[in-house]
Amino acid sequence: MTPPVAPAASPENTEATNAFQPNPSRRYLVDKVFFSLTWLAVAISILVLVALLVDVLIDGLPRFSWPFIGTDVRNAPCLRLTPPFLVTHPDEFTGAACLKWPFIMDFPSRRPEEAGLLSALVGTVYVMILIAVIAFPLGVGAGIFLEEFATDNWWTRAIEINISNLAGVPSIIYGLLGLAAFVRFMAPVTGGRSLLTGALTLSLLILPVIIVATREALRAVPDSLRQAGFALGATRWQVIWSHVLPVAMPGILTGTILGLSRAIGETAPLITIGALTFISFLPDSLQSPFTVLPIQIYNWVSRPQPTFHVNAAAGIIVLMVVLLFMNATAIFLRNKFQQKIR
Amino acid sequence: MTSETSPSPPPPLADLWQPNRQLNQWIELGVKCVFGLFAFVSVATTIGIVLSLIFETIEFFGEVPLWQFLTDTRWTPLFASAQFGIFVLISATVMTSFIAILVALPLGLLSAVYLSEYAPAKVRAFLKPILEILAGVPTVVFGYFALLFVTPILQRFIPSLQGFNALSAGLVLGVSITPLVASLSEDAIYAVPQSLRDGSFALGATKRETIISVVLPAALSGIVASLILAISRAIGETMIVTLAAGQNPRLGLNPFVPVMTMTAYIVQVSLGDTPAGSLAYKTIFAVGMTLFVITLGLNIFSYWFVRRFREKYE
Repeated sequence: MTPPVAPAASPENTEATNAFQPNPSRRYLVDKVFFSLTWLAVAISILVLVALLVDVLIDGLPRFSWPFIGTDVRNAPCLRLTPPFLVTHPDEFTGAACLKWPFIMDFPSRRPEEAGLLSALVGTVYVMILIAVIAFPLGVGAGIFLEEFATDNWWTRAIEINISNLAGVPSIIYGLLGLAAFVRFMAPVTGGRSLLTGALTLSLLILPVIIVATREALRAVPDSLRQAGFALGATRWQVIWSHVLPVAMPGILTGTILGLSRAIGETAPLITIGALTFISFLPDSLQSPFTVLPIQIYNWVSRPQPTFHVNAAAGIIVLMVVLLFMNATAIFLRNKFQQKIR
Repeated sequence: MTSETSPSPPPPLADLWQPNRQLNQWIELGVKCVFGLFAFVSVATTIGIVLSLIFETIEFFGEVPLWQFLTDTRWTPLFASAQFGIFVLISATVMTSFIAILVALPLGLLSAVYLSEYAPAKVRAFLKPILEILAGVPTVVFGYFALLFVTPILQRFIPSLQGFNALSAGLVLGVSITPLVASLSEDAIYAVPQSLRDGSFALGATKRETIISVVLPAALSGIVASLILAISRAIGETMIVTLAAGQNPRLGLNPFVPVMTMTAYIVQVSLGDTPAGSLAYKTIFAVGMTLFVITLGLNIFSYWFVRRFREKYE
């Protein structure tokens, strides 16, 4: 193997050549194996994702059917063309023609083939809107304070360490916080196990995500923009409001949407605060009980009958479509943002 | 233009733009106070978590002595002859998390190496969003996958495997935290300066040798931090283990039988109709406190480790 190249002058040199064996062919072989392993690791992750999606689609797709125009025979909700648009209560049925959509526009039921996820879907939308209303101003405000107003003192640093710690707290702990603080302590305001409680709990959960995203977006805004504003005599708030925020907004929105999409996939905190799993009405106020898609899915998966598992798979498809839509919006905003900076 | 000789008369003072500086300063102060209050919400959240856990936990230990909590070998708080051995739940949590890390560490770390060292830019731009999708899949979906897809497949190879088991829950849990390990480790590997690699190549090392003996050690603090964060995530994860690992509190480390993790217990009690103030209600806060202390300890350790072992390059 060792080619007789260098004229070995001294005995030390020959010894060194003998001790060190480059053995390149074997080393390159190991290199190739290692490379294959790294490639395989990525492939396995992707394969699992594909298997998951295909499995859910195969199980769940047959459960869907097209919406149709029908009259109300059962106590099934249907959508009219005239007000009140959504008819859910048995007394309101008049036999008029209205739009029906099996599964999507049905309430949960003991019979799997009649069960649907209307209350869960509506609950998810309500919770999502409430979280956006609560968490967006809070998170963006806190982010602006930390990035633009706060001086570097121990109090600011304490808040920063605290935020990074909060990101590591398990979500179910937030559920226990919600149970103690919102369900029990603030019961007169929130109405106990209500829509508002759920939204507040999830808002606290995603607050660190929004704060961090806001700070990163603000940091990406060039300082020259601020200094130009100050030079014209604007106050700090005027500069932030009219110059910095508009530039940072796409980044902030991206982070907020990613936080929101995490929130609507969360199940554990909402189960802990006691969101119900079987609700056959729509929430009509902030204080009314509610359910969301992940909880409905959990409920269906945890039943022994395979027919309910089909419902669960179909529910997962709906949830994933909602998530996909939100993530696509986030990616769209991100791309727009990157073009603008350049 | 026309009257160039005469100096133009000064405009009347009222026409000048006169900003209301007083008002602006008040607005400035108000905004600062309100936003400072918003920033305080995050601190209040931490205080709220600690307080809400501590009060119920103290009441719990008023009824159940601490040593019983630590030494009992069964977890039967809802039975007449109640026993409160937290290690029954901890053993299940440790088992599922351990299996998860066995999956996530090699998968995540090797993926990170591939993405940062081997993958061409185009492939990388294609793979990163896919890993982000995997990271964004709700855990209840993974729970469905573990219970109804992975377990039946595993049962073909391991006939003694029961319908609920720690093995498939742990495996799927591992896949679910792989993107976390991959993306954080990749950041750490990416931060290693190119000059280190060049130096290694110049000494005749192959790419694998450079990665294993130069790049990875240089990125060690970041990799360990990502690993600890992943462990902490696995311990706190709820839906996968609740759905796939079962609801049987059982002491031991047999991955083929149903077990109950700490998080699964909290879910089980929450789903039932438990009145506030009852002992069962207090147990979920005691279990939550245990969970919180463990994850907080891990976070602090990771923080300390990164500060202690971070390699700084100019």
